[in-house]
Amino acid sequence: MSDIHDSAAPQSTNDLANTGRMDVSAVLEGAEIPETVSNIVFDLNNVQVFYGDFQAVRDVTMQIGRNEITAFIGPSGCGKSTLLRSFNRMNDLIPGARVEGLLAYHGFDIYGPGVDPIEVRRRIGMVFQKPNVFPKSIYENVAYGPKVNGMKVNMDDLVEECLTKAALWDEVKDDLKKSAYALSGGQQQRLVIARCIAVKPEVILMDEPCASLDPIATAKIEDLMKELAKDYTIVIVTHNMQQAARVSERTAFFTADVDAEGVRHGRLVEYGPTRRIFTAPHDPRTEDYISGRFG
Amino acid sequence: MTTTLIPPADPRQVDLAGKGQPLADKTFRWILFVCLAVGVVFLGILLAYVTIKGWPRLTPTLWENMPSLRRPEQAGAQSAITGTLWVIGFTALFALPIGFLGAVYMEEYANPSSRFTRFVEINIQNLAAVPSIVYGILGLAIFARALALGQTVITAGLTLALLVLPVIIVSTREALRAVPQNIRHGSLALGATLWQTTWRQTMPAAVPGMATGTILALSRAIGEAAPLLLLGAVTFISFNPTGPFSAYTTLPIQIYNWTKESREEFQILASATIVLLLVILLAMNAVAILIRNRTQKRW
Repeated sequence: MSDIHDSAAPQSTNDLANTGRMDVSAVLEGAEIPETVSNIVFDLNNVQVFYGDFQAVRDVTMQIGRNEITAFIGPSGCGKSTLLRSFNRMNDLIPGARVEGLLAYHGFDIYGPGVDPIEVRRRIGMVFQKPNVFPKSIYENVAYGPKVNGMKVNMDDLVEECLTKAALWDEVKDDLKKSAYALSGGQQQRLVIARCIAVKPEVILMDEPCASLDPIATAKIEDLMKELAKDYTIVIVTHNMQQAARVSERTAFFTADVDAEGVRHGRLVEYGPTRRIFTAPHDPRTEDYISGRFG
Repeated sequence: MTTTLIPPADPRQVDLAGKGQPLADKTFRWILFVCLAVGVVFLGILLAYVTIKGWPRLTPTLWENMPSLRRPEQAGAQSAITGTLWVIGFTALFALPIGFLGAVYMEEYANPSSRFTRFVEINIQNLAAVPSIVYGILGLAIFARALALGQTVITAGLTLALLVLPVIIVSTREALRAVPQNIRHGSLALGATLWQTTWRQTMPAAVPGMATGTILALSRAIGEAAPLLLLGAVTFISFNPTGPFSAYTTLPIQIYNWTKESREEFQILASATIVLLLVILLAMNAVAILIRNRTQKRW
């Protein structure tokens, strides 16, 4: 909580770890996609996020497309995680956090009066940076969401379906009663994804889902994301630009402005198809960041 | 200055022996040790004294017989043991639900920065420091007199419940706080309500901490004599309590009564009963430690 406020805190050096002359070959695969989003899930209009008096994110206007993977990249403290957390009202849990501007989900204002955050979060799931499995069995981790939402389903089938979709079933099918803590970090993160899709959301928000995983586990999660994008809309925050280039259709580049008082405010610099952002960015700041000349 | 940065030319000249531990270090270490030893030694002397003195009476008659003023060599503490169990049972019955739920409100629901929450928080800590005799006066005025419950088991249970409530609230809050925030967030992100998250994730994960805190609080209540002196436990009772509205006595009170007697047999009997009380307390603490070790979680 306080680390979000504390602009003086040491910033992660992770940002620049994967820069240098980056290999953009990954973005050259596949078809070119148009600059404008046609099938809109999220429509953001001048969205601003505040923590008390501190403005963490200013003036974000963008559209997020259905069944696309949208990547948020940018240096630490640029507000990309903060913005992501406002999509399913997880920011409500931080005292003093508020959102201004219009953040519409299928045309409905997520912060409008009468909107139940519980309902928002059921439709818009979230995967966190650290695999936060529950201290329960693998089975119960997946069954928890449907249970609390009162879904009338055959739980055994649903658990199998979700674990299969999350590419975990074959590894755990004989150990469903075992504690989820017995799994490796990468398996735990896939379990979290299985748990997330068990409540049948439309959108999955991923907040640096691979930050605590090794490259092999990361590759598995990335493959899984591409597979899931057929059915779900995915928004991912990542510090790894290669990852953004590999998995996403669209990329939004954020950066932090430092104002006269030395306070950092996140802002959206450039948003477009990933291939264009990585090969022909319009903004010099984007160019600098992706080519490692940032800072 | 620069010379210090150059590695020694001859590795054999390197001397790693140093000057040994400085005197201040040694002295401080000894002071720390002596402070610890003072506490442990006196506890040891006390334990040895009561055990040796009470040894002749540490026989089954101690818990099989009723107290008697005429035959101290035959007297036992059965009514005090059952009285203690009754009183502590009611204490737990009243204090646990209220303490747990109050702590859940403070930790999971209340806005931590609101003035009201901070006011309550400070006062709970203050309450934990209030002398227990004050609770006795309160119990006498409210439960025994105003609510006309009299000097009964239920009055004692209610009073001791008030006494340990702050301790239970504080330890439960600590147990809840030790549950990682990302488990709550994981649950809420699935569309669970705050109630579902608390009941199905946070509280089960906090159970070991809550259990140990509870047992320690109840063992404090078992050893408490002062408030019960005001609440009618002093009277000579040679029968087991029959229900919540029965008269009663408890182990600390029984010990107090016997130490007042001048005959040597009563002193021996009191020592034996102290050993019995200590064994019960140690057993409860052992259970608390056992629960904590058995259920230690890695997040």
